[in-house]
Amino acid sequence: MALLDIKGLKTHFSTDAGILQAVDGVDISINRGETLCVVGESGCGKTVTAMSILKLIAMPPGRIVEGEIMFEGRDLVPLTSRELDDIRAKEIGFIFQEPMTSLNPVLTIGEQIAESLRRHEPVTKKQALERTIEMLKLVQIPNAAGRVHHYPHQFSGGMRQRVMIAMALACRPKLVIADEPTTALDVTIQAQILDLLQDMKERFGMAVMLITHAMGVVAETAQRVVVMYAGKVVEEAPVDELFGNPRHPYTQGLIRSIPRIDLDAEHKTRLEAIGGSVPILINPPVGCRFAPRCKHAMSICTQKEPRLREIAPGHRMACHLGDAS
Amino acid sequence: MSQYILRRLMIAIPSLLGISLVLFFVLALAPGDPFSELATNPNVPPEVQAALRAKFGLDDPIYLRYLHWLAAMAQGDWGFSFVSRVDVDTLILQRLPTTLYVVGSSQLLALLIAIPVGVYAATRPYSLFDQLANTFAFIGFSLPTFFTGILFILIFSVKLDWLPFVYSSVPGSGIPWLLEMIRQAIMPVMVLGLFQAASMTRFVRSAMLDVIRLDYVTTARAKGLGQAKVIVKHVMRNAMIPVVTLIALQMPAVFGGAIVTEQIFRIPGIGSLLISSILANDTPVVMAVTFVFACLVVLFNLIADVLYGWLDPRISFR
Repeated sequence: MALLDIKGLKTHFSTDAGILQAVDGVDISINRGETLCVVGESGCGKTVTAMSILKLIAMPPGRIVEGEIMFEGRDLVPLTSRELDDIRAKEIGFIFQEPMTSLNPVLTIGEQIAESLRRHEPVTKKQALERTIEMLKLVQIPNAAGRVHHYPHQFSGGMRQRVMIAMALACRPKLVIADEPTTALDVTIQAQILDLLQDMKERFGMAVMLITHAMGVVAETAQRVVVMYAGKVVEEAPVDELFGNPRHPYTQGLIRSIPRIDLDAEHKTRLEAIGGSVPILINPPVGCRFAPRCKHAMSICTQKEPRLREIAPGHRMACHLGDAS
Repeated sequence: MSQYILRRLMIAIPSLLGISLVLFFVLALAPGDPFSELATNPNVPPEVQAALRAKFGLDDPIYLRYLHWLAAMAQGDWGFSFVSRVDVDTLILQRLPTTLYVVGSSQLLALLIAIPVGVYAATRPYSLFDQLANTFAFIGFSLPTFFTGILFILIFSVKLDWLPFVYSSVPGSGIPWLLEMIRQAIMPVMVLGLFQAASMTRFVRSAMLDVIRLDYVTTARAKGLGQAKVIVKHVMRNAMIPVVTLIALQMPAVFGGAIVTEQIFRIPGIGSLLISSILANDTPVVMAVTFVFACLVVLFNLIADVLYGWLDPRISFR
């Protein structure tokens, strides 16, 4: 049984212009101890999918319209926010994108980590502090015993992201959702943070759902990859399969847009970009949502929506190409 | 910390000097002569008048008069009231406690209403509670205190006869006297307090709404802390930082409003002292009272700065 199994999730937002179908029928499953990457450009619904799991989106205007989110065999969708509080941080930890704004500026980092421990575990204040210092050491914050009493503004971006990781992992969750944890950081720091996440994952044996738009990050960390486009999953495959044999035109485009340094100068080609931009998800047109930007678009693409289907073991995609057979 | 306060107090000295300078010159330019009554009184011979003017230095050039005032002030001599014929400091010390009591209680009442109502409204924006709170706040700060004051007197004193509408300041002691002191303060405190509460509620609500959508609030929710703890610990503390500033900046307006309210309820505070001395051309008293107001405003700004640093660790007292 998968640790987390999202089936047909639809999260919509009501806006003045109409219903925004941010996530529209997404299936994602994560096994225990696995790293799953969710990729896609900004606005494809990957963050909303992740936030829907713990109902961290603003409701209203957001609403989970349909679908189920099975976590260890229990559906999280019907649970109230109060019931979810027992799962938040304890079972599923969350690392956010912006380390600069995701920490409360008026509380010490120690307090912010310890309050999670005190909420979920029967620890005294002193024990919570000790475990907080231990966590800070694990995420390699120098002088953890002294730094625990410092405020977020006294840390650099990379250090703050380490604090966020310590916070998310403090209660030893079974799943950690990291929403673009390295996007706001320098490249050198990005690699350190990804290594740290990998290290923590091995130590605690948790599953990681890593949301990113950087294909480089995907290649480096993932075991399985889910590619999202305009609120839907378009392709899903093990990482080697996805990079070696991408089947969906969108995935192919994403991979071709990565700069390569392993090619000789004579083989170097101009970096390809996918023309156009993500469609607005209010009253989206029928058919494939990628069709307007797709080089291979056929007449059927604007009439019928392609279903996500298995094309090889563990490899699923949603495209009419190759359907003809 | 204490060094910071000390330094801030030092900085307050030049600003108070500046304020006193402006006040003094404006009052000197104002029409009206404290001896106008004497001048029209046929029983006072002109020589006596001239002697009196010379004694009080009224014919000196204006800068000399200012320097005299300043030198006297520095020695704790606040001047002499022409009308009441007592020292100005005695006069002010008689009146100040009443004003501070009324203004202080009304500010306390305003905070006790504004913080819970504003916070609760912000957690449920556009709900029925929020809409009602907004409507009452709007009505509250649209109605001036001189109107609500008279309305209160009409309803609670004249019609219902529950509360006295003339404030007595007879000194006394004992429980009945204390109860009477509280009873007679109810209306002015309500009028001033509700007026303040109205605008403060709006401040608190909007400050809360600004913070409630920030990333670190989502982080706090992701920890499973529960709504109440997220609001009180993570949102409120941050939202109070701008509210403190706004309240401190409003203090001059509060004292200004208190002058009007004191006049309506005939409260013997320094506000009514100011008005009666303006009407009587009692310049030393006017000067001293306005200067006391200025000091109070400077003091409240200092308190706000200290609170600010206490609420926000990013501000250091250096």
